[in-house]
Amino acid sequence: MKNTHYARASRTKSNTTLLVRVGSEAFFVLLCALVVAAEPHDPSLVPNIFKPESTPADHIYGVALFVLTVTGAIFVTVFSLLVYAIVRYRAKPDDDAHEPAQVYGSNQIELAWTVIPVLIVVMLFLATARVIAQIQDAPPPPGTINVTAIGHQFWWEFRYPDLGVVTANELHVPVSDPADPTPTFLKLLSADTDHSFWVPRLAGKTDLIPNRINNTWIDPHHTGLYLGQCAQYCGTQHGLMLLRVYVDSRADFDAWVHAQAAPAIAASSDSNSEAGYGRKVFESTSCINCHAVKGTIADGRFGPDLTHLMSRKTIASGAADNSPENLKKWVQNPDSIKPGSLMPAMRLTEKDLDALTAYLLTLR
Amino acid sequence: MSSTTLTPPPIETPWILPSRGRVGMFCLIAAETAIFTIFVVAYVYYIGKSISGPTPREVLEIPIFNTICLLSSSLTIHLAISALRKGNRGAFTGLWALTIALGAIFLIGTGREWHHLIYEKGLTIQTNLFGTTYYSLVGLHAFHVTVGLFGLSLVLAFALLGWLQQEHAYRVDVLSLYWHFVDVVWIVVFTVVYLLGR
Amino acid sequence: MSSETIALTPHAVATPSLAERLHGWVTTVDHKRIGIMYIGFALIFLVIGGIEAVIMRMQLALPNNDFVSPQVFNRMFTMHGTTMIFFVAMPVLFGFGNYTVPLLIGARDMAFPRLNAFSFWLTVFGALLLYFSFVGGFGLYGAGNAPDVGWFAYAPLTSKVFSPGHSSDFWSLGLLVSGFGSIGTAVNLITTIACMRCPGMTLGKMPLFAWMNLVMGAMVISAISPLTAAQIMICLDRYTGAHFFDTQAGGSAVLWMHFFWIFGHPEVYVLIIPSFGFLSEIVPVFSRKPMFGYPVMVAATVSIGFISFTVWAHHMFTVGMSTYGNTFFVISTSIIAVPTGIKIFNWLGTMWGGKIQFRVPMLFCIAFLFQFLIAGLTGIMLGSAPFNWQLSGSYFVVAHFHYVIVGGILFATFGGFYYWFPKMTGKMLSETLGKWHFWLFFIGFHLTFDFMHIPGLLGMPRRVYTYEAGRGWETWNQIVSVGALFQGVAILIFVFNMAWSYWKGKDAGNDPWDAWTLEWTTTSPPPEYNFATIPTVYSRRPLWDVKHPEDPDWKYE
Repeated sequence: MKNTHYARASRTKSNTTLLVRVGSEAFFVLLCALVVAAEPHDPSLVPNIFKPESTPADHIYGVALFVLTVTGAIFVTVFSLLVYAIVRYRAKPDDDAHEPAQVYGSNQIELAWTVIPVLIVVMLFLATARVIAQIQDAPPPPGTINVTAIGHQFWWEFRYPDLGVVTANELHVPVSDPADPTPTFLKLLSADTDHSFWVPRLAGKTDLIPNRINNTWIDPHHTGLYLGQCAQYCGTQHGLMLLRVYVDSRADFDAWVHAQAAPAIAASSDSNSEAGYGRKVFESTSCINCHAVKGTIADGRFGPDLTHLMSRKTIASGAADNSPENLKKWVQNPDSIKPGSLMPAMRLTEKDLDALTAYLLTLR
Repeated sequence: MSSTTLTPPPIETPWILPSRGRVGMFCLIAAETAIFTIFVVAYVYYIGKSISGPTPREVLEIPIFNTICLLSSSLTIHLAISALRKGNRGAFTGLWALTIALGAIFLIGTGREWHHLIYEKGLTIQTNLFGTTYYSLVGLHAFHVTVGLFGLSLVLAFALLGWLQQEHAYRVDVLSLYWHFVDVVWIVVFTVVYLLGR
Repeated sequence: MSSETIALTPHAVATPSLAERLHGWVTTVDHKRIGIMYIGFALIFLVIGGIEAVIMRMQLALPNNDFVSPQVFNRMFTMHGTTMIFFVAMPVLFGFGNYTVPLLIGARDMAFPRLNAFSFWLTVFGALLLYFSFVGGFGLYGAGNAPDVGWFAYAPLTSKVFSPGHSSDFWSLGLLVSGFGSIGTAVNLITTIACMRCPGMTLGKMPLFAWMNLVMGAMVISAISPLTAAQIMICLDRYTGAHFFDTQAGGSAVLWMHFFWIFGHPEVYVLIIPSFGFLSEIVPVFSRKPMFGYPVMVAATVSIGFISFTVWAHHMFTVGMSTYGNTFFVISTSIIAVPTGIKIFNWLGTMWGGKIQFRVPMLFCIAFLFQFLIAGLTGIMLGSAPFNWQLSGSYFVVAHFHYVIVGGILFATFGGFYYWFPKMTGKMLSETLGKWHFWLFFIGFHLTFDFMHIPGLLGMPRRVYTYEAGRGWETWNQIVSVGALFQGVAILIFVFNMAWSYWKGKDAGNDPWDAWTLEWTTTSPPPEYNFATIPTVYSRRPLWDVKHPEDPDWKYE
């Protein structure tokens, strides 16, 4: 004997159910559109993967559009069929109590919805495989700039072996003209744990893994600043291991290289200035164990190279602007800006701290 | 209302399904196989990648005697169970004890090999990648031999106490599946470590 | 001799004291009680994992927020992921499997009842060990040292150098112990299904939920073991100075990734396949038709089981594998989409031509179909390696897998709750409260996880305790955080529904849904021995044959 008491409750609600369902989906789309307009930000700094500015990112964008189109078509088809099914075949209030026709299956239908997906899959695969090779196996042309990027907990070391430049966190590269390409090829290493180099508008991400050499490349089409950050959890301050890539005109880039390759324009420690005293503080405390300043006795490799510290816009891999106040704060207690960073708090006296900051400010 | 009694199609009689003990033991063996596979993969991956320290060729001696003992124990355990099936409890006890003895000889041999490697050749789990993968793989196997011997000894104790009957042959057979598995693993470990890896 | 009869005082059955009742539950080997304990245990950890998620969402609602420190945030995402996978999803599915499989196949209990209980308690102990780290973990950072290495614990972050203290040990040991419990349950499920089906129930006549448990069991055995092996390796690295993942000694960080994902990918199929099982039981009953294409559903599930072991490195597209390596995994990942899609079509085929009743279990299943479709499509996007190079490690991936796990697995599991709660307790869950639960959770789910895709597309990586303003991520994060609150309220309504209905719900009777499988032939709740007599079955829907003797299934199968 069949229970019929439940059947009625469902019938009256089924139409409202449907309406609420379709209505809420529409609401979300609307919300989406409204929200996009509302947010204040400089759009060029948004690391949007759909605004590529370099060939690898362009190729990925192409694949992405193709995949989105195919999956979009699949979604629309199946979604419509599902909606149709739940509307057309819902139990109606004026129903008789008979069960519907009991259909067990259909070999033809099963074949159809096996073969078609297989074809779609083959299509997707072919489009994808081509681009993998295009990006991964691209040979470096003669004008290539070589950079070795070494990931640290929680900062980026950049070395330009052919140009004699060592810097940190802010990568400068020349803009690349398709007619005479000057891309930047990066060799990716790690000094400790896994990291990942991700600047969305310039390329997909590639990991930096200890005891392994990885490679990636970018050839930015336009000058400007491109933001990125570490994309593989590497420890406490993974969240603030930020990346800034400055794409300069060729002239600007060459000037930057020239300035960076030079030794430090540091205050002399013999001078009576505050900066000179600061240099003495720097060179007699443990600063030089971790930091290098080219042309002085400071030769540490554990922390960022400070030779041209003041040429950078930010400190602590983007966690704070490069200002005297922040420099003081950072040196005195890094945890106040980036809790969990591996630099110890120096706990200098006020006088030593001021002097040291004055010295750092001379490292242009 | 007419009620034509429809006759359903006949089902398979008698309704016999596989035995639980065997299926359960095969599942356990499958799981253990997966664990050993990972350790073997690690061993093979790291062949030749140690950056310092002794190499397999320098320090490993092929444990032929140990291997013969362990593999023979598969034969003796099989014979023991055949004896028990025929009701020959005396032969069973003797062959079972022999199996345990052969397994114990294998373990003692492994122990002596390790003593030699640690104290005379300077190879420990910390020494290099070879040391790490060697001790962990051979050690994991030796651990399984130990657990097996423990189980076998329990059965021996039951047999000596007179509690073991002919009808228990099935259960003892399930245990022997584990023992055969341990032997097959040794064949793989032996091949990978002492033949391929050197 | 006298003919007096002595009026014997009937033995008054004493009401068991609380201690006796607890003792009964703790020492039980009855699959139904163990199943309920697994489910209850999972619900407790669902709430705990949910609190961990809410803490994260409050921290991320605003840029440069300091609601919690980075150390605490990192512990939150590690514990949230680990808890939800190992102490919510797996136990709840094991619980339903434990409860229903013997009933579905006409057996009196599982194959190894004591192993069953032991496996459950191992899981509990593993969870307690992991959570003990919050209070008892000590090391460089003092107490409150829960693991903070992420749920996939990439080497070398887990080495003693980068994880001093004991937090990583609680992670590996807690999971090692509960892993043995999982393997035990899997062995039990496989053996039960292989060896204890009632007469007439060939594998081809077994309910699909039982089939899903069989495939799941085989996958657990093959997938959890690699994780066990890898965790033994971490312990050896951390305590005996081994070098498995010690990059300074030539070890490989990528090897850990391979070992972990050889477990990790099949693991997510371990979770989704029983969820498919819920659908295959509920959709036919509430469409009033048999499952469309039963043999194809079985074949598709078995192929998914096998193929899932060939796709693991699609989690590693960014580690710098060769072009050939990357291409292979694109192929295998694309192939697995085919049987998965076939299953969606078959459920659609089941509904097609039916008389669909929008009861709460069916609502959750319909939502599953829409959501799993979307999740599968974002999966295809992630399976395309170049696209993956942008999407991986970002909030797009987080959105994708939550779409599968929450939008798929959890929705299907809720469906299973509403479907089988009457059988387990003898009471119906309130339909009204159920609909409130469904709609609030649906809204919250979509608010959170639809919009979560967008920060990923705009470059926001995952596992970041905060983010810079000005990158275009702020508003999306706020919407995502608001959705979490809706979901929290919905869960509370759900828990209240269960408690209220247990005491005050309508009586369910044997067969409240007019369904067709064996569990509905016995009482609600079933007696300890399940069935008065072990039934003989002739088709996939034995109760349909009983209800429709003029038109039984075995005429057509």
